Amino acid sequence: MNDTKGRYRTMIGHRLFWPVAVLVVMLAANTIYRPGFLSIELKDGHLYGSPIDILRLSAPLILVALGMTLVISTGGIDLSVGSVCAISGAMACMYISKQPDQNSLTVVLTALAMALGVALVLGVWNGVLVAVIGIQPIIATLILMVAGRGLAQLITQGQIITINSGPFRSIGLGHLLTLPLAIFIALAAALLVAAFTRRTALGMIIESVGGNAEASRLAGIRSGRVIFLAYVVSAVCAAVAGFMMTANVSSADGNAVGLWVELDAILAVVIGGTSLAGGRFFLSGTILGALIIQTLTTTVYAMNISPQTSLLFKAVVVIAVCLIQAPAFRAKFSRRRRSAPPPRPVADKPKEQVPA
Amino acid sequence: MTTGSLTAPRRTRIRLPRRQVPVLATLALLLVMYGIGVSQYTAFSNVQVIFNVFIDNGFLLVVAVGMTFVILTGGIDLSVGSVVAMTAMVSADLLQKGLPAALVLVIALLIGPTLGLLMGCAIHFFDIQPFIVTLAGMFFARGMCTFISGSSIPITDGFWTRMSQERIGDPQGNFVSISVLIAFAVVLVAAYVLAYTRLGRNVHAVGGNPQSALLMGLPLGRTRIAVYTISGLCSAIGGILLSFYTLSGAPLIAVGMELDVIAAVVIGGTVLTGGSGYVFGTVLGVLVLGVIQTLITFDGSLNSWWTKIVIGGLLFAFILLQRLIGIRYK
Repeated sequence: MNDTKGRYRTMIGHRLFWPVAVLVVMLAANTIYRPGFLSIELKDGHLYGSPIDILRLSAPLILVALGMTLVISTGGIDLSVGSVCAISGAMACMYISKQPDQNSLTVVLTALAMALGVALVLGVWNGVLVAVIGIQPIIATLILMVAGRGLAQLITQGQIITINSGPFRSIGLGHLLTLPLAIFIALAAALLVAAFTRRTALGMIIESVGGNAEASRLAGIRSGRVIFLAYVVSAVCAAVAGFMMTANVSSADGNAVGLWVELDAILAVVIGGTSLAGGRFFLSGTILGALIIQTLTTTVYAMNISPQTSLLFKAVVVIAVCLIQAPAFRAKFSRRRRSAPPPRPVADKPKEQVPA
Repeated sequence: MTTGSLTAPRRTRIRLPRRQVPVLATLALLLVMYGIGVSQYTAFSNVQVIFNVFIDNGFLLVVAVGMTFVILTGGIDLSVGSVVAMTAMVSADLLQKGLPAALVLVIALLIGPTLGLLMGCAIHFFDIQPFIVTLAGMFFARGMCTFISGSSIPITDGFWTRMSQERIGDPQGNFVSISVLIAFAVVLVAAYVLAYTRLGRNVHAVGGNPQSALLMGLPLGRTRIAVYTISGLCSAIGGILLSFYTLSGAPLIAVGMELDVIAAVVIGGTVLTGGSGYVFGTVLGVLVLGVIQTLITFDGSLNSWWTKIVIGGLLFAFILLQRLIGIRYK
């Protein structure tokens, strides 16, 4: 009897329980609203359907959120990811648009390499400000967030650059083994980050730095380097996400690419159970968080509500998740629950009532 | 405040009080930028140019004053831009529905502080980070904007158009709008509150060190909740001023305004970890942003995106300055 209760407790207490529950509830609600929601069909050798769409559209967010998870677990935050998306997308599109043969694979690869190089520089910039100069992360990355949009517009000269490049478009819309390529890119990034952080000591080192940078430095960890690295990884992830976003529409708009994505990414990380105060991080939680956000957005679209209004729902989700995670709220809630029923005399009777 | 620091008894000779270096640097920067403007463009020396900076940035000034309170306690309020937009949107919508102007004003001015109060309570009672709570507030307010209407709503109300078009001027024909006077009133009240009242003292104490503020018996919770309410009120006033300025409510106005506001406060010398800063500095910070825009407008060959790059660069410079002169940053 106690065993069942214990198992139930462990399940509820598992950090992935609530994210999974929310996702399942949202998918169920969608299926009730639109019975064909979960159906997937094979057309021209590609799989189509709402679940596939959600996976494909959440790929950029998963990428950004992966980098953000590392940054947040070092106790920092990266507000510049949206701008980095815009800059990398703008760089790639600008280069491709100037070439005579936009469909050439070499051109596209050169463009991607160049844009990744720029993203690397931007990541280094953030890393230097936070880890070397020691500026508060929220404000250090705010600089690039403000100036980055300007830089993106500078690259595109304020225009929306439209390109017509098959290889570049396939980053966002291409298929591999009947599934969208974007899903594989996001999956590969997730596995790569997971392999580096969970198969080596790097993950533990990051968590120890996030827990207490000074203590871990005294313990012999070069916390400055770890923090620096987190921002570089975050910028590179954001750049790849930027490629996907621009490839989806085959155009780069310095103003619109990656708008609000930093907030969505932070939200995904928080939903996934990583504390904003730094310390332990959960990559699988982050990916679930990103999926939840994309499902929410898709649901709102499907209900014919304006995309901007989806922010209202996000606000509710943010507050709900934060409240559930807040120890203060939990304490109040559980105290009330415990004190609500009058103290029953301890007898063997209640034990029998435990649902099997 | 700056003159005060210069004429203060010189116990340490010429050395300036460290806390006031950023404010003085901002003042110097402002003068240099204005000097460049005057030397490059003859029309720049018109008094009206300065007045226009105030007319165009009155709402920004009011919102930045509210943000100064929040940042002084070491918090941050990301919801301001959205609350500004929501206030303008609600006003426009209610006026269109035919409600009397006075009632609309009261309702519009109540929404912001209410949201601020709720956010303050969430931050204090449940100990959730201000960043994430106000982020939710931002989503909420922006969502409400589009919920009210997907497109912009014009305002034709008599009171609003009068407030919008009234010119208060000197004999030479230079003028300011009523919004500028309202903004100045807000600045004066805020400066008084921060410098001479118990609340002001508490705000500085909480930002300086929450633990010792609590040990000293200062009302930590009440102060923290109060600053978010004040910021909400300032955003609401800012929203009204913006609706005077544009005579409409649009769901996507003031997007990203929170960043301009934070930049203005930081450039104005307020330390982001709290405890140190002045409303006067914030006024200077807003003026710096305004003069940058004016310079870029006057130049003609530069595009608007340069504003963002320059603001980003200045933000960097001032943060570095605060760091270099050793104001506690982490």
